[in-house]
Amino acid sequence: MKTIDVRGLSCPAPVLEVKNVIDSGAKEIKVISDCGASTENIQRFAQNAGFTIAMKKLDDDTTEFILTK
Amino acid sequence: MFKRFALWPVVAGIAFGVVAPLLVVFGNPGNMGVCAACFLRDISGALGFHSAAVVQYIRPEIIGLIVGAFISSLFLGDFRPRAGSSPLARFFLGIFAMIGALVFLGCPWRMWLRLSAGDFSAIAGIAGLVVGILIGVFFLKKGFSLGRNRPTSKAVGYLMPLLAVVLFGLLLWGMNGENTPIKFSLKGPGSMHASVLISLIAGLFLGAIFQKSRFCMIAAVRDTVLLKETHILQGVLALIVTAFVVNLALGLFHPGFTGQPIAHNDTLWNFLGMALSGIALTLAGGCPGRQLILSGEGDTDAGVLVMGLIVGAGIAHNFGLASSPAGITANAPVAVFVGLAFCILLGIMAKEKRV
Repeated sequence: MKTIDVRGLSCPAPVLEVKNVIDSGAKEIKVISDCGASTENIQRFAQNAGFTIAMKKLDDDTTEFILTK
Repeated sequence: MFKRFALWPVVAGIAFGVVAPLLVVFGNPGNMGVCAACFLRDISGALGFHSAAVVQYIRPEIIGLIVGAFISSLFLGDFRPRAGSSPLARFFLGIFAMIGALVFLGCPWRMWLRLSAGDFSAIAGIAGLVVGILIGVFFLKKGFSLGRNRPTSKAVGYLMPLLAVVLFGLLLWGMNGENTPIKFSLKGPGSMHASVLISLIAGLFLGAIFQKSRFCMIAAVRDTVLLKETHILQGVLALIVTAFVVNLALGLFHPGFTGQPIAHNDTLWNFLGMALSGIALTLAGGCPGRQLILSGEGDTDAGVLVMGLIVGAGIAHNFGLASSPAGITANAPVAVFVGLAFCILLGIMAKEKRV
């Protein structure tokens, strides 16, 4: 599984990172993100790309996504 | 392309499309119901950072946008104090975004408001903004980044909402005190405004709804191109249609290229002014309105960009760069080219390693 940490990146960098990994052919991706717009963007983008999303809140500020296809 | 209906952005677009023309009826300048650039410029003038006597007023809409976003983000758990993503670079991007906007005469919000009221001189600005965003997207694809922010203390996150409250205090002082340092225009666009209460409520309402929806004029185009994602674009389309219908219904729709309120019809410089804003704001991550909202959510780097916008307004007027309905100024081209050079060099050189 490929892991990317997009915490602290401003839009659209987080979703762009996810896109790059998806485009490289990864089928299982772990994304560590802080909340806000980027979290919604990542979910929407991954859904549109046909991934299923498992979401886990690590703490108040950090969310972990497991994207699988 | 429109796979999924984007509820909140569409709600935000409709809200903006209704509220902005109504504010014109209530007294705001023509085709300028709400404009993040113009209104920050008015605030800059009211505080004496420039001395263009016709554009000085502390706009309650701006105060409301920041505080509305702050309150909404607290309720939705989106308030996250953060700092440290190249603030100085963002400050300069803010300066140049404002200079570009004042050459065109409006932020991307007002650009759409101008178009929806029949001001066809805005079309050159729209083309410029889109080209600017495309150039910015090119740099993003090449790995452009201003780096990561970090969580910071709550007290730091409260600074922008607090500044908004202070501005409100200064507004009341300027209105009621005698011989205050606050300057209010007696004529011109700065003297045209809805009542404080109406402006403030409109700002609070839009601030909350824009926070929830992440409404952004840059993201609308950027995400469509970069991610094939029309989520925010749907909101902008809703804004254009709604504002057009409301302008028509209120008798504010006057189609034409010339004689439009607070606008000029210099196609080249409408294009280049907005192109400069488009690049600067794409590199910064959002339109001036979006930056105001983010600053209310605790994003202090967005707050620094807003400071850049205010200082940029001062520079634009002190150095005679801001256009008037008569057209652009003699000094404007130099400033626009300096700004474009700055943005392009920053776009090429500022990078963070990607995975």
